[in-house]
Amino acid sequence: MPDLAFRRKSAIENWDHLINNSQPVIYFGMASCGQAAGAAEVRKAVEEALDENFLSAHLINVGCIGPCYLEPIMDVAMPGWARVSYAHMTPAKAKKLVVDALKSGTPPLEDAVGVLEPVENRQTGGLPSFFDQPMLKPQVRIILRNCGLIDPEDLDHYLAHDGYQGLQNALNMRPEEVIEQVRLSGLRGRGGSGFPTARKWELCRAAPGEDKYLVCNADEGDPGAFMNRSLIEGDPHSLLEGLLIAGYAIGASHGVIYTRAEYPLAISRLRTALEQMRESGLLGSHILGSNFNFEIKIKEGAGAFVCGEETALFASIEGRRGMPRSRPPFPAISGLYGKPTVNNNVETISTLPHILRQGADWYHQYGTPNSTGTKTFSLVGKVRRTGLIEIPLGMTLRQIIFDIGGGTEKPFKAVQTGGPSGGCLSAEYLDLPVDYENLKKAGSIMGSGGLIVMDRDTCVVDLAHYFLEFIQKESCGKCVPCRIGTRHLVEILERITKGEGQQDDLDTLEHLAKTISQGSLCGLGQSAPNPVVTSLRSFRDEYEQHIQQGYCPAGVCRDLYQYEISQDACTGCRACVRVCPVDAIEGKLHEPHSIDSSKCIRCRACYETCRFDAIEGKPIQ
Amino acid sequence: MTLDKFPANGNPIQYTQGDLIPLLQSIQERAGYLSPENVSEVARKLHISENEVYGVASFYTQFRFNAPGRHSIKICLGTACHVRSGQKLMEAIERELHIKPGETTSDGLFDLQRVACLGCCALAPVMQIDDQIFGRVTATRLKHILESYA
Repeated sequence: MPDLAFRRKSAIENWDHLINNSQPVIYFGMASCGQAAGAAEVRKAVEEALDENFLSAHLINVGCIGPCYLEPIMDVAMPGWARVSYAHMTPAKAKKLVVDALKSGTPPLEDAVGVLEPVENRQTGGLPSFFDQPMLKPQVRIILRNCGLIDPEDLDHYLAHDGYQGLQNALNMRPEEVIEQVRLSGLRGRGGSGFPTARKWELCRAAPGEDKYLVCNADEGDPGAFMNRSLIEGDPHSLLEGLLIAGYAIGASHGVIYTRAEYPLAISRLRTALEQMRESGLLGSHILGSNFNFEIKIKEGAGAFVCGEETALFASIEGRRGMPRSRPPFPAISGLYGKPTVNNNVETISTLPHILRQGADWYHQYGTPNSTGTKTFSLVGKVRRTGLIEIPLGMTLRQIIFDIGGGTEKPFKAVQTGGPSGGCLSAEYLDLPVDYENLKKAGSIMGSGGLIVMDRDTCVVDLAHYFLEFIQKESCGKCVPCRIGTRHLVEILERITKGEGQQDDLDTLEHLAKTISQGSLCGLGQSAPNPVVTSLRSFRDEYEQHIQQGYCPAGVCRDLYQYEISQDACTGCRACVRVCPVDAIEGKLHEPHSIDSSKCIRCRACYETCRFDAIEGKPIQ
Repeated sequence: MTLDKFPANGNPIQYTQGDLIPLLQSIQERAGYLSPENVSEVARKLHISENEVYGVASFYTQFRFNAPGRHSIKICLGTACHVRSGQKLMEAIERELHIKPGETTSDGLFDLQRVACLGCCALAPVMQIDDQIFGRVTATRLKHILESYA
């Protein structure tokens, strides 16, 4: 395969030229999250500053490096210097910083967060490595190793970082040997169910028929999870290389990426990457001179959570309502268009290039014996350091939330793993090592990797109601337990959050939950009651407070508390008076204020504004 | 609007059921919504009934059947946004614009939708106006943002 070797050599030369620069390079974290934090304005300001001062620099957009709480992030690499990272950029700060750096030839060190590799023979100004920060140090970055570091729209950057090496290795093996490597690595489905990837492949490979499909589920439907979006935006070729490897192993010639229409940037990055592949002989017929032919299509989903279920996903690709069907036949025998099909999650597929490049044994060293490797999580909610993380499986929830996430501002209450189908795990589960079996035993699931942290201001009843309302809306309506059962769960939970709960409601919830999980057709219904069951287990007293005392201690259910101002804590700063949209708060400067409950709409504005913890949610008298 | 596409050989493309969702998506992208005329035209092209087209379109949250405003506001009510008071943000917008999700302001400037997750969870609560995403939206910031579109 002379072509790719040649291309790789020049890619490495280009990369070396870029980082051994005689010209300054400025990198902008421009994933969707970075843009939401204002990265585009920062880049524009830098461009203006360069023009105004007749300075020049190489500007590169990169993906998300992970610690979203630092966004917008900008790196400056001056000649002779390591790449220095800056956080919380504003247009004004970035402008000044870039001009100072370029005029003096030295990056300002005061506001720097750390330096990125390589650092040999370069000045670092004594700055620590970016990856030595508390949030990043415990992580192991395999899937995310390129994210935030390379230009996702430049194939050369990917090739210079061993890109498509895994594919080359795979094409030098027989497909059965590729499957064997994946089996030895212990890789399990990262979409949440944890089914051994190699076993799924074997079934499909052995299935009769010439036409086989490989489907990549990139319909990241869990609200509160964004691992796949970030990965595709930051390193699209790693997914596409993985698709080729999987396609080769199972003997498929068509690959379909089913992705969310809400992720326009990820889709455009994939399209760009696909064109680059085609130009470089990595797509189409005789890939890299082998006998392997493969085409990849992108299908934009149209918004339906149930399409995360594979048979529903196939229906959606076929242009029908995304409703699951009963099994057997299993997709490995009869899937998309009735052909043998493998459906793998984005993260599963993106892991393949690394396994094929570095070997099954190498991968096996990470994680636990039954849950090998690493897993990405989106660590969000009431945690101090939010963002995208990658950890070896087996790490405890405490390490994830407190060491990586920096804990919560207000006292920790619980963490929801696995999205709406997962469970709410209270403080007693904090020392649980995270792997497929442990989470299942705890009544939750691994899911695709959303970790939503709750503190004392989160009401578990309200959250259970939120999840069930979501599931109920997304229920496709095909089977009765899910369609009608979830509706009743929602009605009961709604009643409780309004203070109209009845004494036997909790028993009814538990009874219904059992029926729904046992009787539903697909995973959506079977796991739908998890949030209720797990939160009832750990927080039954909070449910009872809602029902018996008509009081929501978290101050969320609006009919079940009233705000009062602690006369001792209030300093009379009038901050709450200014934000109240209905003029319900009165008080003179430097004198304790008071709230008129009859006017208060409990919009929470005062509670969030008060810096003295003087606003308290109290039971209604 | 016409759906006919003529490739180089001059023959119109034969649509199949698999093209239904992409077709609806491209119509909505151009027209902003699916009108009854669009639906019947798609049904004719694909040789399926209007009922089937509606059945598929109404199954998915992406499709809308009424005209949007000049700017589309999407409030994220994913879990992270919910935990970080996304619902309060929705209520604040409803108060500011006097519309509910699915509606358009009387001056046709804004329409309002709730979405399941925009994938910027670390910056919750999040809202999107057209293609621009705003993170960590507070009540005060919301006013400034809306004013900049007036």
